[in-house]
Amino acid sequence: MTQKLSGIAASNGVAVAPAYMLVDPDLTFDKKTISDADAEKARLHSALDASIKELQQIKAVAEKSLGSEEAEVFEAHITILQDPEMIGQIEGKIDSDKVNAEEALKEITDNFIAIFEGMTDNAYMQERAADVRDVTKRVMSHLLGKNLPNPALINSEVVIVAHDLTPSDTAQLNRKFVKGFITDLGGRTSHSAIMSRTLEIPAVVGTEDATANIKQGDKVIVDGLDGIGIVDPSDEDVTTYTKKGDDFAKQKAEWDKLKDEASVSKDGKNFTIAANIGTPDDVAAVNDNGGEAVGLFRSEFLYMDSAELPDEEKQFQAYKKAAEDMHGKQVVVRTMDIGGDKHLDYLPLPEEMNPFLGYRAIRISLKQPDLFRPQLRALLRASAFGNIAIMFPMIGTVDEFKRARAIYDEERQNLINDGVKVADHIDVGMMMEVPAAVLIADKLAKYADFFSIGTNDLIQYTFAADRGNEHVSYLYQPYNPSLLRLIKKVIDSAHAEGKWAGMCGEMAGDQVAVPLLMGMGLDEYSMSATSMLQTRSLMKKLDTKSTSDLVDKALDAETNEDVADMVKQFMADLK
Amino acid sequence: MESKDFHIIADTGLHARPATLLVQTASKFSSEINLAYDGKSVNLKSIMGVMSLGVGKDADVTISADGADEKDAISAITDTMTKEGLSD
Repeated sequence: MTQKLSGIAASNGVAVAPAYMLVDPDLTFDKKTISDADAEKARLHSALDASIKELQQIKAVAEKSLGSEEAEVFEAHITILQDPEMIGQIEGKIDSDKVNAEEALKEITDNFIAIFEGMTDNAYMQERAADVRDVTKRVMSHLLGKNLPNPALINSEVVIVAHDLTPSDTAQLNRKFVKGFITDLGGRTSHSAIMSRTLEIPAVVGTEDATANIKQGDKVIVDGLDGIGIVDPSDEDVTTYTKKGDDFAKQKAEWDKLKDEASVSKDGKNFTIAANIGTPDDVAAVNDNGGEAVGLFRSEFLYMDSAELPDEEKQFQAYKKAAEDMHGKQVVVRTMDIGGDKHLDYLPLPEEMNPFLGYRAIRISLKQPDLFRPQLRALLRASAFGNIAIMFPMIGTVDEFKRARAIYDEERQNLINDGVKVADHIDVGMMMEVPAAVLIADKLAKYADFFSIGTNDLIQYTFAADRGNEHVSYLYQPYNPSLLRLIKKVIDSAHAEGKWAGMCGEMAGDQVAVPLLMGMGLDEYSMSATSMLQTRSLMKKLDTKSTSDLVDKALDAETNEDVADMVKQFMADLK
Repeated sequence: MESKDFHIIADTGLHARPATLLVQTASKFSSEINLAYDGKSVNLKSIMGVMSLGVGKDADVTISADGADEKDAISAITDTMTKEGLSD
């Protein structure tokens, strides 16, 4: 029976394909006393063999699609499953305690997990605990006759249905076969949403119950334009939505014609349209969509996609590649923004009541210069190969900026003393996402070379509303005059000191926000690569005088809705 | 029985990837092969055993092999140690 799900439109486009459930099966079991220990051990071995065979397959596929380095983790998993000590202990447990293989497996692997997790001074060992947990899950699924999803093995077109998507999930997916995403959790700015836009895959997130209502193989429509999912659609639905997808593709083709044009308003004022990226591989989409710069390179993805701390050389290679592939156009790299909702297995951070208000981003970098310095050195070295700019995330005070800048200056001097080539000038700026920083933007503008407004966090901190909490999602109010006044303060403060101001949050590509931002004189707009041409097309229709008048009215409005209505009316009058 | 001492020079010690490679090398031989460190000894064919020792940079370890192919085993392990930059 046809069923409609509604969620949040996270990535444009329409897809129709069978569902692939990226959901862990229920692996609970009962502890049993057994009489035939040999038969139980045989069950254990056939589950181990099946798991190893599966991992070998996954490894072979991963080597082709992701590279041999990414595939190494699977080799480590296979070695664990062949461990004579561990298998011996599990067999011993079956023999001596007469328990079923499931129970013996769980008890022995729990022991190892506890030993590894107990080594709290050693991040590598804690990471191994996760590996043991992972392989145990696989063996357990075979013992219980259930299928664990193996996203790396997908070889036909599918729509991925998941509770939520983690970076390691998406790393295993083959873009060729994944046509769409539907998730239970997440908002427009969650990782799954950002990831799907980067991959240019239609996505609907935050449906709450997609995994409960969709079964493996069900035909599913994903409408990433309006945030709708349809399970078991009628033929009529398929026709309607296929047409909708085609229309979108046509519209997109119109925008594509603007690829090589400048981003200029109707009255001839130039702006810069840039893209947000996570890895150097994303640069291809930036160039394909006519990007004039990279306004935000989220360097934390280098850390999150890696099993261990990426060293200076690995980071250097990544920044160098991005800089070279952009052919002299600016690449603004944000230094490590770990903490908040982004964790690293190999860098345990303290458990916190309010992680978003806690130890994250520049606060970690200033406290742990052993992490910060290699990143700055990598960036400085890469600056010789293109146009690199550096920005610090989560700056709240003048002192924080000065301290970060001082470390940068030191490393710059160190490299120059060592005879390493670095660019003569590198823009060193900061994110504007902490309200305290916005309120002294006029002071910060004396030290920073530029500001980049991070709207997702600025909104979260201004409204005191967790961006991942669906119960307070109504407080995501990008057009609220309170927020607009903060944005204006940032832009005016930058301009007063002859500096530039950009925006690298979702709002920069928001079609309602863009007229307001142009009216305020924002210089650089950094967004998902796929939103750039649509925004360029919009800019060409607007002039800076009338949008500036619109801003005056918006700043004096009372609510988010009032402003949204004002802009919609303004756009309607234009036609 | 054959045995040999190694001084670990790799920054990460015997963790993750290097441990996997050593275990894979040891597993090719029929001899019983042990790794001793800090008063404890584990089966070098057991990844969990090796990792649970937590061997770090600058550690001194002893590897011993006992069996028909003990000489070949120690020489293959020495090769892996040098090739992977684990020991000097």
